[in-house]
Amino acid sequence: MTPARKRTVRLVVALSAAVVLATALIYTSFSAASPALSPSQLVRQAQPGRSYQVTGTVAPGSVHRAGEVLNFSVEDRAGGTKIPLSYTGTVPDPFQEGREVIVTVQRQGSAFVGERNSLITKCPSKYKTAPAGENQNS
Amino acid sequence: MASLGFACLLLALAVCVYGIGASIYGVRSGRVEFSESGRRAVYALAAILTVAFAVLEIAFLRNDFGFNTVADTSSRTTPGFYRAAAVWSSQEGSLLLWAWLLSMWSSLALFLTRRRMRDVAAYATAVLLGFGGFFVALMVFYANPFATTRPAPAEGAGLDPLLRFPTMMIHPPMLYSGYTLCTIPFAFGIGALLARRVDAEWIKAIRRFAFAAWLFLGVGILLGARWSYSELGWGGYWGWDAVENASLMPWLTGTAFLHSLMIQEKRGMLKVWNVSLVLATGTLAVMGTFLVRSGVLNSIHAFGGATLGVPFVVLIGVLIAGSIYLVVSRRDMLRSEHRLDSLLSREAMFIANNLVLVGLCFVIFWGTYFPLISEALTGQEASVGPPWFDRYTVPLALVLVLLSGIGPVIAWRRATLANARRNFLMPVCTALIALVVLLVAGIGDKPLALAMFCCAAFVFGSVAQEFVRGTRVRRAIAGESPPRALLSLVRRNRRRYGGYIVHVGMAVLFIGVAASSSFQHASELSLSPGQSTRVGAYTVRYVRPTASLTPAYDRAHTGSTLALGAEVDVSRHGRHVATLQPSEGYYASQDPSQGSVGSLIGGQPVSHVSMDAGVTRDVWSAIAPNIEAPVLQRIIKAGNADLTGEDTLVALGYLARAYLKSPPPAQFHFIVSPLVMWIWVGGLIVFGGGLIAVWPAPSTVRRRVGARAGARRDRALARA
Repeated sequence: MTPARKRTVRLVVALSAAVVLATALIYTSFSAASPALSPSQLVRQAQPGRSYQVTGTVAPGSVHRAGEVLNFSVEDRAGGTKIPLSYTGTVPDPFQEGREVIVTVQRQGSAFVGERNSLITKCPSKYKTAPAGENQNS
Repeated sequence: MASLGFACLLLALAVCVYGIGASIYGVRSGRVEFSESGRRAVYALAAILTVAFAVLEIAFLRNDFGFNTVADTSSRTTPGFYRAAAVWSSQEGSLLLWAWLLSMWSSLALFLTRRRMRDVAAYATAVLLGFGGFFVALMVFYANPFATTRPAPAEGAGLDPLLRFPTMMIHPPMLYSGYTLCTIPFAFGIGALLARRVDAEWIKAIRRFAFAAWLFLGVGILLGARWSYSELGWGGYWGWDAVENASLMPWLTGTAFLHSLMIQEKRGMLKVWNVSLVLATGTLAVMGTFLVRSGVLNSIHAFGGATLGVPFVVLIGVLIAGSIYLVVSRRDMLRSEHRLDSLLSREAMFIANNLVLVGLCFVIFWGTYFPLISEALTGQEASVGPPWFDRYTVPLALVLVLLSGIGPVIAWRRATLANARRNFLMPVCTALIALVVLLVAGIGDKPLALAMFCCAAFVFGSVAQEFVRGTRVRRAIAGESPPRALLSLVRRNRRRYGGYIVHVGMAVLFIGVAASSSFQHASELSLSPGQSTRVGAYTVRYVRPTASLTPAYDRAHTGSTLALGAEVDVSRHGRHVATLQPSEGYYASQDPSQGSVGSLIGGQPVSHVSMDAGVTRDVWSAIAPNIEAPVLQRIIKAGNADLTGEDTLVALGYLARAYLKSPPPAQFHFIVSPLVMWIWVGGLIVFGGGLIAVWPAPSTVRRRVGARAGARRDRALARA
């Protein structure tokens, strides 16, 4: 095999490998991803057995702890639809009523169960409260 | 004071605009005095921004709540140390820090290259001033750190308690130094392409800055991981969070560049690749900054209510389009001078390492920006979690560690069977011995961790072999004693042996990561005093509750008003190991609706993690006391109704006493993680190796000193 041909073969092999890997990456990212929904979208769309990422604020007065389980409701940013959910696992320090949270949930009947350790509090990080009414999308 | 600060910003903007014009005119017209003037504009920018930064810092230290940023992120109750660090905790202050560090590092880079590559440096000056001007313009038009309110509020909101951690003082400046240093190779890369001088000289000029960027970014990332582990109350050090990823991406491409530049220096190959890596690193650094400020992605590190998305998108668009245009239009000049001789050579290993690093960067990029990609393609925002990242990054990390062991020992150009046997015998034997020992020790059920340990052993073997051989050669040449020979070996080849030390550090770090993620035991449960639980081989017992009123007993001096916690006894096989005292710190809020007592503890509560860190394992604990318990809420309610002013502190005393007397069950989080300490030790080794590699070689120092002494001598002779 001439050196030029060898180089071409090498290039084709390398590029094919890169394409295969990139396809795998892209395919798995779509299949493994959890859609991000607001509570009102979740109530309409959620199917049992599938994971969703819900983003909303912790409804005031809804937080109760029962042993290891933390029960609270998440409502739309603008208020309105609330979904009750029970969660186990790490609760980040900034978790508070009225704070914005993201949690991965699955539907079980009319309630939702949070995936263990999936609760993220959208920190009013560095950490400044957004003016009232502004979408605190940090 | 505020008007002085804002005037500095306006002046800085004018200086940037002038400097860009002067540099470009100077280089285009060949009038050196204009390019020189452009360079001096960078020094002037550094001086002006130093004044602006000092004004803001003084405002924080003097509690000047007339400044909006001071009122938003500091308070009289915020301890002095954290007030000084609070400057960069706000969007505006951190933009100023970015611009200031950029101007300082740019000045240093342009000063050191003032006599070399004048044309490249002139374009680089324009690019650096472009970055500087962009950030100053953001402050002038969107996020002014010197905005004021009159009359000034009597008290500020205080620094978020989560940020009251000692490394807050150094983590952001380190990270920002890393980001801003990334723009220096970028600027010189653009300069080299524009000036059509793409030989190895520009690479040599920016090598040290690329290394410094890599080092600062790495240290910044590691300090962030340490903060997360010790402060955030979840016990992890890496969560594939968007902002963490954003800092890792330029670090990965920077690492790739530091390796591939050696091939360009030695063999004149990979020119397109190198310049692309430099441009990608600079762009990724700006994208990282954008991510924190735009609010496009969810992250716990991002700034609240951020509104700087559009200007950043425009800047990033310009950077990407400009970079691609320049590389494509100069492709004829970027042809390799040599071809790859063999796939079994050091060059090939470097290319493989580059592909893995860039692959890692691509995986992380895709995962991080997936919510945006998914929304653009399907109309539905979706995100991928840590398991998705782990699936790709773990095997890539394994290959990377293995390559870091192969690289130092494989021959340049073409490895033969004979030299391969000679070079690989010792590293392979070390890896095999490690394999056998670990299998006997019974960790065969975790194949990925086992593979990582063996790869790390391979690295230790190969680097040790290099050191031993080098020392032996020096002893033979100079007849020195072994320690002296080792020292002079490293001193004479700082880059090479510093690099090997970095490899060892990374292997140690990955041992820590593999062990702590594969063999961790964790338990989260509710305990009352006297109850105990098992975590791995350890028994932990909730001995008694603790409560302290602060600031008198606030050991960490974070300014919390009350801390409730527990004393926990850790034992193994009935023998006492450690006593831990995790607690939760409560902080005052500025919310009057919580009542006079409620607002004293109504701010953000923060876990004060307590751990027994050891060489073989860390026992980590955090507690979330139930402050909602009726017995405590009754006291808060009564206090809210009756007490005002200083008397409210009495209620806190009652609260603490009630907690000690009848403690409600508390939620505990225990983790036993093996070898976590080695992550930090590995980081220190990497840092040490990096410093050795970046330090000027003795010959260069001597040459410079010699040249200076020579010039002095000539002047003296001329005078005589």
